[in-house]
Amino acid sequence: MLYVIICFLWASIWLYLLLGGADFGAGILELFTSQNNRAKTRDTMYQAIGPVWEANHMWLIIAIVILFVGFPAIYTTMSINMHIPLTVLLLGIIARGTAFAFRHYDAVVDDWQVVYNRIFTWSSLITPLFLGIIAGSTVSGTIDTQATNFLDAYVFSWLSWFSVTVGLFTVAICAFLAAIYLIGETDTEDEKRRFIQKARTANIAAVVFGAMVFIAAQVENVPLVEWIFGNAVGITAIAAASISLFLLWYWLQKGKTQILRVLAGFQVTMILITTTYKHFPNIVILKGGGYLSLMEHHGHQKTLQALGMALLLGSVFILPALFYLIYSFQKKGGAAHQGQPH
Amino acid sequence: MNDFLAARSQMALSLGFHIVFSCIGMVMPFFMAVAHYYYLKTGKDVYKNVTKAWSKGVAIFFATGAVSGTVLSFELGLLWPTFMKHAGPIFGMPFSLEGTAFFIEAIALGFFLYGWNRFNRWFHWFTGVVVGVSGLVSGILVVAANAWMNSPAGFDYLNGEYLNIDPIKAMFNDAWFSQALHMCIAAFAATGFAVAGVHALMIVRGSHVAFHTKAFRIAAVFAAAAAILQPLSGDLSAKDVAHRQPAKLAAMEAHFHTEKGAPLIIGGIPDEKNKKVDYAVKIPGLLSFMVAEDFNAEVKGLDAIPEENHPPVAVTHYAFQVMVGLGMIMLLISVLYFIGLWKKKQWLESKWLLKLFVIATPLGFIAVEAGWTVTEVGRQPWIINGIMRTADAVTPMPGINYSFYLFSAVYISLAVIVTFMLYRQIKMVGKLYDTPSSTFLINH
Ligand code: HDD
Ligand code: HEM
Ligand code: HEM
Repeated sequence: MLYVIICFLWASIWLYLLLGGADFGAGILELFTSQNNRAKTRDTMYQAIGPVWEANHMWLIIAIVILFVGFPAIYTTMSINMHIPLTVLLLGIIARGTAFAFRHYDAVVDDWQVVYNRIFTWSSLITPLFLGIIAGSTVSGTIDTQATNFLDAYVFSWLSWFSVTVGLFTVAICAFLAAIYLIGETDTEDEKRRFIQKARTANIAAVVFGAMVFIAAQVENVPLVEWIFGNAVGITAIAAASISLFLLWYWLQKGKTQILRVLAGFQVTMILITTTYKHFPNIVILKGGGYLSLMEHHGHQKTLQALGMALLLGSVFILPALFYLIYSFQKKGGAAHQGQPH
Repeated sequence: MNDFLAARSQMALSLGFHIVFSCIGMVMPFFMAVAHYYYLKTGKDVYKNVTKAWSKGVAIFFATGAVSGTVLSFELGLLWPTFMKHAGPIFGMPFSLEGTAFFIEAIALGFFLYGWNRFNRWFHWFTGVVVGVSGLVSGILVVAANAWMNSPAGFDYLNGEYLNIDPIKAMFNDAWFSQALHMCIAAFAATGFAVAGVHALMIVRGSHVAFHTKAFRIAAVFAAAAAILQPLSGDLSAKDVAHRQPAKLAAMEAHFHTEKGAPLIIGGIPDEKNKKVDYAVKIPGLLSFMVAEDFNAEVKGLDAIPEENHPPVAVTHYAFQVMVGLGMIMLLISVLYFIGLWKKKQWLESKWLLKLFVIATPLGFIAVEAGWTVTEVGRQPWIINGIMRTADAVTPMPGINYSFYLFSAVYISLAVIVTFMLYRQIKMVGKLYDTPSSTFLINH
């Protein structure tokens, strides 16, 4: 049962990265779209993610619930030492979710829209930045559970070059996912070209930030190179990701939507695999080499049993409905565009 | 403000904020389903317009409820890590099932809000009902988790260790049923009165009467039915509390001294130092009767409980009085409304009844907040009743007061914006929904 739960945990992080990531990315793209084209981008984006955005963010809640029920020691350690970035993350989530709803459901369309848009786009950037920072710091060995002074315990636990570059990398990945996804959701050639261009830019940004992650890891002694290149799975995955990068640029030229989506999803999946494989099951690495392991720091047997059953039962209900939802509201899903949202 | 107080205040603020949105998220889908049903049956546009107008409002509430709930699931750890470390694996069962319920709710909501004219009409209607049912289920589950804090079960506590954990038993603890029942009814009463009140105000003002009358009727029937059931369920809760948390009951009633034939104390100012209540109305024997169905039964007072385990008496007592008082007022209005519905049709046309509903707009939500204050403050100083003290559960991180100020600012701004949006929504009814031919679709 422990393995079932770990699979669910990994899958919810993965899906959150893909679906939630694309969702954040749409806001990031809007931020980097010239004033003239914003309204159009916004509209495309709303058509594409409106119906699914709330479901996309459920994956985060599932991951959190799995952590606090199944792996309380891990959840508590992170809650204590990452208090500050988690708080920023929460504020980002609040700002983004509410601004999204406000701007689409405000009965009167007036200058308030500018405020909602600004909040929405900036929080779309800040939230994944901090998600990345938190993810980076769980493995960078900066969490010091013994620290007694404030800075060491609560600030330098997450503020490092490595974490910040991971954060930037996450932001670029989100933008990239969104651009690729939105290519297929536009209805004008012009708009489509713009998303293709954005996908290229975001991809370059991801590669640049990715390189910076490696440099920061070198500087701060995070054994990232060893995690990725020190084992067959890591090498294979990173090689597959690189090859698919070339394919991706090729298909970007052609603007083939479905292939692009698969490739982008594949790349991000490979990146998540490489970065989680080597130090599995130790998902939190502490200062001084200690770690919190999924295999050791879990709840009691009966709890795991119940949690696993709840997750399995849940997925029987959720997955079909979710697929049907995503399918129904895809652009190409038949009659989908006859009706207006709301 | 010290960190401990700040953490408690932040928790209370976040929960108090979330509960408003979750009540609406649980109940409004049912109102919409009824309006939607009438539309599908009668084909009258006014019902469709009511459904659409509500669903636009609900979308805003949903988003706010969802983000404030997400915040809570982190806050439990951010503020009470020691509690979560031990309690997480025990009372986590409802939360893990709740994940499924939320998910289904979010999916169904996507179908419902965006599904006009896209799907089979009855499938579309059904997705709306699913939103409501899964919302209700998640409410019940989360309350079962809270009930466990009041009535811990499903583990053995030996020498500071939590052994023999059984998450299923923990979920079905002694308090879950009475609390969940009371909460669900409260959600219907509170949301019903709030919605009915707003529409009643518009009718009184004479604006778009046809539209608002239909909307008012649906909300008022739900509200009135719930408000009549509420005291019955409250009585059940009170008996339950007397059993499992005598200290809470004593604080609710400001009942300082253990005695036979204990009086019911209504109102008054508890004087904790001298252990008496000034200026209260006392009905002899009634408390004994309510708790044990015997006017002479002995009811434990605070003196039977060690001083260090006393909850704050005044706050608990006042909050309880507020809840029960408001419950009685809502009961009265509801009875009048049903009499109007069945016997005195002319009452329904008259302004005074509508005005009563206008006055009652916020009462349900005030009662909900008061009720939660009773439950949570009355449990103090325990975070897990009799097992773990709240003070031992708080995070070691200093500076929580800044976090509290920050969240207060955020929640206050959100409350202001949501109110403002609702106001605009209502103002736009005429433009968007009241024309008989307004089958055009409202785009944003
Ligand atoms: C519309 C709201 C509303 C109304 C009119 C009432 N209540 Fe209530 N009450 C709640 C809303 C609420 C609540 C917010 O939903 C609580 C908090 C926790 C819970 O389970 O329900 C609650 C808790 C609560 C508790 C504490 C339960 C516990 O700690 O486990 C008791 C004893 C009562 N109620 C009793 C009553 C009585 C005797 C009422 C008579 C009129 C009454 N309530 C009306
Ligand atoms: C499953 C549901 C709930 C859980 C798990 C929960 C948990 C907690 C926790 C951990 C605390 C801090 C410790 C304490 O001071 O007791 C707390 C306090 C508090 N909660 Fe709840 N709570 C729940 C429901 C609610 C709801 C819905 C409200 C409603 C408004 C609420 C109101 C409060 C208040 C007022 C306090 C502060 C008590 C004080 O002054 O010390 N709770 N709750
Ligand atoms: C008694 C108290 C509570 C009740 C009755 C309640 C009920 C609900 C309901 C009905 C919803 C969905 C409706 C909406 O989105 O507006 C919701 C959302 C949510 N609640 Fe609560 N809740 C309570 C307390 C809590 C607590 C203590 C937590 C966290 C530990 C929590 C976590 C959540 C989350 C994560 C969501 C968002 C789900 C989504 O995205 O749809 N709730 N709550």
